[in-house]
Amino acid sequence: MTPDENRQIRSRQKSRAIVTGLLLGALVILFYAITIAKIGGGH
Amino acid sequence: MASSPIRAGQSAPTIPAHWRDFVALTKPRVMTLVVFTGLCGLLAAPGHIHPILGFTAILCIALGAGAAATLNQWYEADIDGKMKRTANRPIPAGRMDRQSALHFGVGLSFFSVLLMGVATNWLAAAVLTVSILFYVFVYTIWLKPRTAQNIVIGGAAGAFPPVIGWAAVTGDISALPIALFMLIFFWTPPHFWSLALFVKTDYAAAGIPMLPVVSGEVATRRQIWFYTAIMGVSAMAPVVLQLTGPIYGAVALVGTAFFVVFAFQVLRHRESDPVRMGPEKRLFKYSVFYLFLLFGAVVVDRWMFI
Repeated sequence: MTPDENRQIRSRQKSRAIVTGLLLGALVILFYAITIAKIGGGH
Repeated sequence: MASSPIRAGQSAPTIPAHWRDFVALTKPRVMTLVVFTGLCGLLAAPGHIHPILGFTAILCIALGAGAAATLNQWYEADIDGKMKRTANRPIPAGRMDRQSALHFGVGLSFFSVLLMGVATNWLAAAVLTVSILFYVFVYTIWLKPRTAQNIVIGGAAGAFPPVIGWAAVTGDISALPIALFMLIFFWTPPHFWSLALFVKTDYAAAGIPMLPVVSGEVATRRQIWFYTAIMGVSAMAPVVLQLTGPIYGAVALVGTAFFVVFAFQVLRHRESDPVRMGPEKRLFKYSVFYLFLLFGAVVVDRWMFI
């Protein structure tokens, strides 16, 4: 594997990790909101 | 590396796919109509749903559609590579290995269904499951490569969103969501075949038995006209059955009249050169607008008169 490919792999892994982190954060907020809505709505 | 196309059996790319390619697998542009019809089903339903839960239901419909689109591209990667329109998709273009797409599609399917069940109800989750399975197994794997009538039955997969949206609110399925299902079901053939008329060469190159390839253009034009007639009846059914009021009735009548005129122009047109297929392109574009128009009218009508 060339240094250029290695750098590209690291770059991809980093951007995917950031997006995954953001999605997980969004899911935490969503599940919290769903829980509040369910409790408040008496579902 | 990322620029070399791959085929089934070849080694997977060593460089991980970009996250944008996972988004591309879900076909976000096609999702617009699915999300809109699902939202209309949700808004037209009697009763109340908490905005957060309503948002989650629409999110699940979108994710389910994205999962089905992903699994479709996982299965059809070889075919996609033969068509100009689809050759640059992540798998045939060599930017992603097939297994990643499969894992992503299956994971997204389970997630969307489970989230729908937890947030709304399990009937909505069950219908979402059926729509994903129908699209992947009945349409993509079974019908599409075998019969020229593939999109007639397969089109049912795209007709589920308003039913899911409705079920998310009410927990049941009544006459109006079924009428909306039938409208999309019979709208699909003229919508897709008008497209297939002017991208016929692409489907032929990939060996997909689209109607214009198998039965010819004249037969396709007749079939478009035939299904437009049934779609027109389906569009007026909610009015006749008094499921909707005068706003939907007026919009459906005028909107369908234009559809019929455009479909008639396609029926009479005799042109094989895709460049000169004006009526076919017009019908395809109008069909998208028509569905937005009628579903929007259903919501306005239900809010004002029911």
